[in-house]
Amino acid sequence: MNTKEFLELLSNGNGVSGFEFNLKETIMDAFSQYTDSITVDKLGNIIAHKKGTGNGAVKILMAAHMDEIGFMVKDIDKKGFIHFTNIGGIDPRTILAQEVMIHGNKDIKGVIGSKPPHLQEESEQEVSIKMEDMIIDTGFDKDRVSEVVSIGDSITVDRKMKSLLNNRVTGKAMDDRAGVAALYETMLEMSKMNHYADIYFVATIQEEVTMAGALTATYGVDPDIGIAVDVGFGKTPELNNSNSIEMGKGPGVLLGGNIHPGLRKRLVSVAGDYNISVQTNVWPGPSGTDARAMQITRDGVPALVLSIPLRYMHTSVEVLDLNDVSQTAKLLAFFGSSILENELEGLLCF
Amino acid sequence: MFLKELTEASGVSGNEKEVRDFIKEALEGYVDEIKVDRIGNLIVHKKASNPSGKTLMIAAHMDEIGLLVKDIDSSGLIKFIPVGGVDKRILVSKAVTVGDKKLPGVIGAKPIHLQKKNEWSKVLDIDDLYIDIGASSKEDAEKHVSIGDYVAFDTEYDEIGDGIIKAKALDDRVGCSILLDILRSDIDADIYGAFTVMEEVGLVGAGPAAYQIKPDVAIVLEGTICFETDELDSHQMPTKLGEGPAISLIDRTTVYNRDLRDEIVSIAEANNIPYQYRKTAMGGNDSGKIHISGTGCATAGISVPTRYIHSPLSVISRADYYNTYRLVLSLIEELKKGAI
Amino acid sequence: MDFNVDLLHKLVSVYGPSGDESLISATIRQEISEYVDEINTDALGNLIARKKGSGKKIMVSAHMDQIGFIVTDVDKEGFLRFGNVGGISPDISLSQKVIFKNGTVGAIFSEPIEKSSERKLENMYIDIGAKNKEEAEKLVNLGDMCIYYSPFANNDNVIFTPYLDDRAGCFVAIEALKRLSDTDNDIYFVFSVQEEVGLRGARTAAYGIEPDYGIAVDVTAHGDTPKAKRFAIGLHKGAAIKVKDNSIITHPSVRNALIEIAKERDIPYQLEVLEFGGTDSGAIHVTKAGVPSGVISIPTRYVHSTVEMASKEDIENSITLLVAYLTMKH
Repeated sequence: MNTKEFLELLSNGNGVSGFEFNLKETIMDAFSQYTDSITVDKLGNIIAHKKGTGNGAVKILMAAHMDEIGFMVKDIDKKGFIHFTNIGGIDPRTILAQEVMIHGNKDIKGVIGSKPPHLQEESEQEVSIKMEDMIIDTGFDKDRVSEVVSIGDSITVDRKMKSLLNNRVTGKAMDDRAGVAALYETMLEMSKMNHYADIYFVATIQEEVTMAGALTATYGVDPDIGIAVDVGFGKTPELNNSNSIEMGKGPGVLLGGNIHPGLRKRLVSVAGDYNISVQTNVWPGPSGTDARAMQITRDGVPALVLSIPLRYMHTSVEVLDLNDVSQTAKLLAFFGSSILENELEGLLCF
Repeated sequence: MFLKELTEASGVSGNEKEVRDFIKEALEGYVDEIKVDRIGNLIVHKKASNPSGKTLMIAAHMDEIGLLVKDIDSSGLIKFIPVGGVDKRILVSKAVTVGDKKLPGVIGAKPIHLQKKNEWSKVLDIDDLYIDIGASSKEDAEKHVSIGDYVAFDTEYDEIGDGIIKAKALDDRVGCSILLDILRSDIDADIYGAFTVMEEVGLVGAGPAAYQIKPDVAIVLEGTICFETDELDSHQMPTKLGEGPAISLIDRTTVYNRDLRDEIVSIAEANNIPYQYRKTAMGGNDSGKIHISGTGCATAGISVPTRYIHSPLSVISRADYYNTYRLVLSLIEELKKGAI
Repeated sequence: MDFNVDLLHKLVSVYGPSGDESLISATIRQEISEYVDEINTDALGNLIARKKGSGKKIMVSAHMDQIGFIVTDVDKEGFLRFGNVGGISPDISLSQKVIFKNGTVGAIFSEPIEKSSERKLENMYIDIGAKNKEEAEKLVNLGDMCIYYSPFANNDNVIFTPYLDDRAGCFVAIEALKRLSDTDNDIYFVFSVQEEVGLRGARTAAYGIEPDYGIAVDVTAHGDTPKAKRFAIGLHKGAAIKVKDNSIITHPSVRNALIEIAKERDIPYQLEVLEFGGTDSGAIHVTKAGVPSGVISIPTRYVHSTVEMASKEDIENSITLLVAYLTMKH
């Protein structure tokens, strides 16, 4: 299975925050090919361990979150329409007339509806519709819906990954399944390399809501270095250059409060050594990624963030360039194998 | 029923060729005359073995709402204008196909993380939106897309729930499909079928079609507004899904012929076909041009209730489809007898 | 149903705003000490009672702190200005009585405000009837906290009183503790502090206990009053099993165990998807390498008001559900 095929499985699969167990087999099957052991911790983080030559003297945690934004059933009305709330940050404008899959005791399809334009005053079309005024229509009446669906069930947009021009793909949940795919390619790359450090590849849960996964996985692994592999805002006309990165020009190497400056220097120099193009993105405060949780775990963990450029983040039509995923994996692999015996202390010295 | 093929074909107003070609082929051998007129209407004539005096025209429009490429920006993103009554709020975060080769593209949106407080409550204008086909530059995009290319929503036909069909463009491929079924049936009646163009951009095709056919009686088959919620009173719901074909009273373009309407109702009752009235004066369709064409004709509107029309997806009930088909067939039988 | 109204009445009546839970802690300690094997108070003030067992470690958490007011200024005329301790609404506080730890009673009122929707806590004051600053300061000092002072009432169906949040949860935990039959599970009942200001007590308690599972018992909101925002929780429909709030998406293993046992024992329950708020489990589940956690919620109307209302049946069902979960084999 190549990275694109794996990404397609992940993007088409479902795992709203709190419901990541739906992806467990897919990820464990893939990760176990190139790692020495794999466990699922108490909250559901998938932790794959690849041993280095240093017998665990240095531990590097590379994490990408496997959860996705989505919805949850909050009520079923007399007509059988499902009322729902969001899990994670969702712009309500992006979900109107969307096809969805409701993950009840089996999966059923539905569509998100609201009033048609013919029945609206012209002025109403200038106001965006609130999520609480939308419903999901499954084509079933209340009794039939209730046989399958309960309050609290998760819902995802029903969208299949598609290829666009130039090695770019579009789909849902690329945030952060693209990161999980990058980890997969990283372990494949590293299986051809010698490395001193032990690497822990972790697919974390619930980044989109509480970062519960990164907090607890980092506590459990107790790494010397933590790297969050997440997505960054891909440049489009309405974004300015300062908060976005270009598509197809390699991962963003984050600069900011969550980032260890010494390690970042090493990361950039490794990129230079191996002709991997990288971009700089800056986030002065807490980064809104798993790195934020890693950094403050136990006695503190020096952290890095790699960002894969992604357009239209948190919509169902996220777009990314597969070359950026490969560049990210390459950089992670060479960085991971660049850490040598007795070197860590010097690297971390302020 | 040809709803899968018909709804997955692309036929944005002015670009109905794919739909028209499919219908033409499906009618091969079932009708006596087939012609495409000068503005693109497909007009067919099914002759009876023993023709009666009255001329019957049944119309359904082939076109659907969509988008049209108007420009490509320096980064290779495609700007567009709407074709037909597109509610701009439903465009964001959708998959589309661009041009005759159906190149996949998406309409994205600004990440919520970078939005200002309450920015999401503002509606995005068409000018703020664009289609991303993955092009790396303007030159790259121009290899695949030209200004003037049509853009359709990328929605698959599917069946959900209890006998519910979900697809794009059910307004009015559902009418096309019912008309196809009637023309392919073994009914022995004289029928002019008119598959019209550009209804969504101002009822363009219907007038010329009626002008050629000169009907005495016309039936317009549509997918019409349907909207129900828990909170609405019954008068606020124009039609209800699953409660039978909706018979038009009035809309913005037509006051429907009372005698013909009453006859349709009594036929429905006589044949135990469920029916409902279309309880709104909003909207309009091809009948607006047909009933005043030439010296005029008696016109009826019979519609399949369709939820979420004018968006990338719409929903109908299979039972409503079947009952609409039965009602129209029974009506043709009665017309043949000269009952009306 | 043998509903111990007197105990619940006692629990809601004892002073204990966030950060000063000593009186309520003493009350609960006295109530439960003969039923447990160990009882301790930790550095933050959490009251931790243990029923020993050789099986899985389960932490039950009900918070004993209350929302209230803290005095920030005493003016020349003896009026007190205040800040909020936890989620206090200006609308609800207007014209309420409050009581301090030493028994001083005051009334909350407001400067004249043109538009009542623009009223903020900083426009409001507490009047303890003092003639001047000196007299006021004999009774109240800066930093003193007070709570709502409003009578307890009940009928056959419901309780209405301030501070069901979360003394009703404490009540459920205490009753469950008393009714626990034989079980191997090693159960820690935590009566936590400072939930209302950020789930602080539960965090340190869970770190100390390192439980295998966590269960919070707290009140939740309602959706069953005129024009209420859609929320599928109502009074008299059973104990609520939480799926989510803003602090947690409950762990499937705990949530499903609660649902299964409720079905098996015919305990009425409802599923809760709350679009705001949080509770102790939010802190418990991210402790150390993670603690699978869930929540039993008591459906409550008018939370954070002086007329919080909950159903006796629902409370009883919550106790039954908690006992059933705690005696399950895990």
